[in-house]
Amino acid sequence: MHPAFSVIFFTVTSGAGYGLFAITALYQALAAQQVMSPVQVLVSCAIALFLITIGLISSTFHLANPKNAWRAFSRVRTSWLAREGLLAILFYPIAAGYLYLVWQDMQGAVMNATAILAAVWAVVTIFSTGMIYACLKTIRQWNNALTPVNYIMLGVMLGSIIFVIIASIGEGMSQGVITTSAYLIAIAAVSKLVYFFWIGAPAGSTINTATSFTNNMVRLLDVGHTAGTFLTDEFGFEVARTRLLALRWMVAVFAFVVPALMVWLSLASGPVTIAYVVALLSAFGGVLTERWLFFAEARHVVNLYHGSQQC
Amino acid sequence: MKLGLVIDLDTCVGCNACAVACKQWNTSGTTGPLSDLEPYGKDPTGVWFNRIRNYEVGEYPDNKTVHFPMSCMHCEDAACVTVCPTGASYKREEDGIVLVDQDKCMGCNYCAWACPYGARELDREQGVMKKCTLCVDRIYDENLPEDERQPACVLTCPSHARYFGDFDDPNSEVSVISRERNGESLMPEMGYQPVNKYLPPRAKTKVQTYVNDTNPISKVKDWVNRLVTR
Repeated sequence: MHPAFSVIFFTVTSGAGYGLFAITALYQALAAQQVMSPVQVLVSCAIALFLITIGLISSTFHLANPKNAWRAFSRVRTSWLAREGLLAILFYPIAAGYLYLVWQDMQGAVMNATAILAAVWAVVTIFSTGMIYACLKTIRQWNNALTPVNYIMLGVMLGSIIFVIIASIGEGMSQGVITTSAYLIAIAAVSKLVYFFWIGAPAGSTINTATSFTNNMVRLLDVGHTAGTFLTDEFGFEVARTRLLALRWMVAVFAFVVPALMVWLSLASGPVTIAYVVALLSAFGGVLTERWLFFAEARHVVNLYHGSQQC
Repeated sequence: MKLGLVIDLDTCVGCNACAVACKQWNTSGTTGPLSDLEPYGKDPTGVWFNRIRNYEVGEYPDNKTVHFPMSCMHCEDAACVTVCPTGASYKREEDGIVLVDQDKCMGCNYCAWACPYGARELDREQGVMKKCTLCVDRIYDENLPEDERQPACVLTCPSHARYFGDFDDPNSEVSVISRERNGESLMPEMGYQPVNKYLPPRAKTKVQTYVNDTNPISKVKDWVNRLVTR
């Protein structure tokens, strides 16, 4: 699949924003006593909303006809893309309601219920972003349960690292915040590595089922066009295997190992903001690479009509 | 009604007339124009609803060239319609034709991602998705003589490799022919129940092949023959 930068940037940035919002809200709701100042919570959520918003704006850049984008909410009953859009838009009033309560320094059940609602809504929104890809039977590498899990875990992981930075600057820093982040990095790493293992070697549809000649060898002689088409541009993207492997290592190191080391080191030395900033930059670069790979490694079955033997 | 096509892979000669007739009709029809980019340049590209690929099936000497025209299969469970967020893609209740409402499409490409057959192509000039309409602006046109109310590709095919009709009627030409000659669906494992059927090539007569003699005199003869033809 052609990796469109607007979509890569959208999924990573919005995912991080929803992750940060969910963690901030949950941390406030579940902590025994209030540990962060309202201003700190507001700043954290404002950063989250900023990330979400630039991500969503970026997602419209890949539309060929953005003037009809407002129609994208009309098929919520069947389309994950419509569901994602609607959940993303409805998140704003919920976030606003939560932030209003924070601003009023409200405590108690209503506050906690709103916080939990916002957090769950944020995670469900990331889930539906993942489902946009996971529901496509035409792309084996996406059509599995790990796709939405990766989207959620990587979003929450990035959010947790941003949260650690914010907590370390003001009050509210605790051992718990750092260890939570370390756990999230570990879970995200495991789910991504399992994904890499899972998509493994070609195992999907073959040129035989694509052409209905299931008893014979089938070989493409001529694709029928001299230049590229929309189909080859969109689905024919291919990268050398060795380069894909190198990029997988980059993902492992930058998205997981470096951030985990930075967070883990600070457990012994006490909070070091600069280490967390390094962790964030590394993780952000790593997850962008991961998202690029997510597209680059995906093989659409239409390639079977352009010469592939199996997808 | 369940309208669709039957394509006879035995008689298709791969002349591309169906693709050209399709382009001609539809570029001036209701979904037109089918924009071309750099039509006279080095790498001409553009929107086609119908594309013909050429395959080799089987291994020598039991091999065969098969020409393979593909357009929208008008699937019964059309994933492109399911995933469309705007409602621009729809499947008609009355005859099962899958269409795109050009006024609603936002050009997100999601339907093209969902389609296993490459039936949908983005018109990069107009920013909307385009696809085979089964010549919906032709097959119902009462101003045309009745025998011309068929898709342009079917009408034009010189080897009569394309049939159009209603699969819901068990006695229609398409139903009978796909039943009698084991019409196949492409990628049935996707579960989208494509309506169009492909008739496999008929069993080929066995060709007698000869192995070259190995005695020195015939070798010399072979060598001289090769030399002379050059």
